[in-house]
Amino acid sequence: MGKEKILEVKGLETSFFTHLGEVQSVRSVSFDIHKGEVVGIVGESGSGKSITCMSIMKLLQHPGKIKHGEVIFKGEDLVKKSPKEMRKIQGDEISMIFQDPMTALNPVYTIGNQMTEVIRAHKKISQKEAEKIAIKMLEAVGIPSPEQRLKNYPHEFSGGMRQRAIIAMALSCEPELLIADEPTTALDVTIQAQILDLLKGLREKLDTSIIFITHDLGVIAELCDKVIVMYGGMVMEEASVVDLFKEPKNPYTIGLLKSVPNPETLTKQTLVPIAGSPPDMLNPPKGCAFCNRCEYAVQKCLVEVPKLYDVGKDHKSRCHLYHPDTPNEVKIKREVI
Amino acid sequence: MAYLLEVQNLKKYFTKTSGLIKREEKHIKAVDNVSFGVRKGETLGLVGESGCGKSTTGRTILKLYKPTSGKIIFDGVDITNFSEKQMLPYRKKMQMIFQDPYASLNSRMTISDIIGEAIDTHNVASSKSEKSDMIASLLQRVGLMKDHASRYPHEFSGGQRQRIGIARALAVNPEFIICDEPISALDVSIQAQVVNMLEEIQQETGMGYLFIAHDLSMVKHISNRIGVMYLGQLVEIGNSDKLYSNPTHPYTKALLSAIPIPDPESEKSKSRIILQGDVPSPLNPPSGCHFRTRCQYCMERCSIEEPKLKTIDGDHQVACHLFDK
Repeated sequence: MGKEKILEVKGLETSFFTHLGEVQSVRSVSFDIHKGEVVGIVGESGSGKSITCMSIMKLLQHPGKIKHGEVIFKGEDLVKKSPKEMRKIQGDEISMIFQDPMTALNPVYTIGNQMTEVIRAHKKISQKEAEKIAIKMLEAVGIPSPEQRLKNYPHEFSGGMRQRAIIAMALSCEPELLIADEPTTALDVTIQAQILDLLKGLREKLDTSIIFITHDLGVIAELCDKVIVMYGGMVMEEASVVDLFKEPKNPYTIGLLKSVPNPETLTKQTLVPIAGSPPDMLNPPKGCAFCNRCEYAVQKCLVEVPKLYDVGKDHKSRCHLYHPDTPNEVKIKREVI
Repeated sequence: MAYLLEVQNLKKYFTKTSGLIKREEKHIKAVDNVSFGVRKGETLGLVGESGCGKSTTGRTILKLYKPTSGKIIFDGVDITNFSEKQMLPYRKKMQMIFQDPYASLNSRMTISDIIGEAIDTHNVASSKSEKSDMIASLLQRVGLMKDHASRYPHEFSGGQRQRIGIARALAVNPEFIICDEPISALDVSIQAQVVNMLEEIQQETGMGYLFIAHDLSMVKHISNRIGVMYLGQLVEIGNSDKLYSNPTHPYTKALLSAIPIPDPESEKSKSRIILQGDVPSPLNPPSGCHFRTRCQYCMERCSIEEPKLKTIDGDHQVACHLFDK
């Protein structure tokens, strides 16, 4: 992609310093996001996908702390910015949509009140003008009769409409980067289809870059250009969406793909689950985070964290099997499903 | 083959009263005239959006809610009006696995107490040692270790807790299990573990399942037949492969087309029916066909007359005026 990079995450490490010890939620995560690109981050709960995005937004709360790394947004390192400087960026240049539309809105303020608050925090305009922008945004996300809806409270909206209002709010300052943290997980499939359709349309219109966090591989296939697979706080694989589904190159991704049924196939598939459960990040494995659940694991995996190897064009995988000296016959061949 | 469990015109209305002086009663028709049957060794999937009454149906079958009207027939016996005492032997035959593995296990009881309670209630074991043997073998059956029995629920992960919930349901050797969204609280890689285990158990014991879920791809995977619910009513029911390859009701069509497919290439070629708006409030459902407000084929007749379930092919039934002959 020839477009300019708008976000560069380099060696990000975030930990929570709890009374039990250090929980290493994000371990050396690096990736780039280009203009107009939709990047999906998939992973199970506890894989560090949300914390990565919270770190980018600097929304971490005590005892969470960014230990290392840089988050370069338009040439400036966000990690070094003070909370005051960050507030100018949050909601304006980088916005976030949260998972649960039921809790992301304040129940005692009207939708209009909450929307104009965001707009007026970043733009020096009157309440009237801010309301106009709010109405325009609500219209853009498909809420009928937006003038009246501004006076409504969140409880008067259904789940799907609340999520639309939150998206409208997040987009009202025309951000360059939108972080969507599982925005459709709490919604029904028919409403999810509406929201995904909306995001696709908005992205084409506004050319916003989107980071889309989800655990649903189907949603990734539908919306994203590039996918980052996270496990145990690390990036396990990074690839274009077509490569990831056609030629996954990491045992974890392969396991993940084999454990979800594809409703389009007519024959009965056997699901191959990944045995075991995710690692305890209070005491992560010394080697590869996935080693105790991996069918390809060798001695080396237990002791040494693998590098993120280049395995194709814009395709990286964190696995010892992709060491340049690995003989070809040992490399993973994905059985045809 | 005769049905193991049969539900006939089941209704469950919840009453909402409002007003202090002028009492006003409104009915929420959570389950409205639902009929279906589950055979031995068969899995019937029940799908629909949240609030469509699928969980209420499951709970009413077990009589955790008192049915408003209709019949629940288990193994040829009408259990609808049974007292708690009469129900006890049927509680042993019908068990339930709950959605939230964090809320469905008592955090102050050890695992052996949780599983043992079911064994004691139904006098399944004759001695203490037999009981502990049973608990050990149940834990092994669901992929846990027997020394886990002395632990407390907080020491387990979500997937392991769900296994404990399954072990508890299996403890009394039931013939029928209602699985109320047993996997929706679990991670993707763990979901397949639990689903595979449920399938294995069914093959070993020939149990019937009522599998309630909103994850449509998983439901298709596990079910032999699927019923689709919308606003308390069953709108389509049929063989799962046929239903997915040839959905008939406009709602089923929209619902199935909304499933994101984990394959970017078929995603691109797929045409998606996007439903407008939200599910109407069950307090005040539309007249006639409940789906008409969101249906693209809505006719004049749909607002007047409620469509009935009609057989269109074999055991495939659909409730829509489009298929009236």
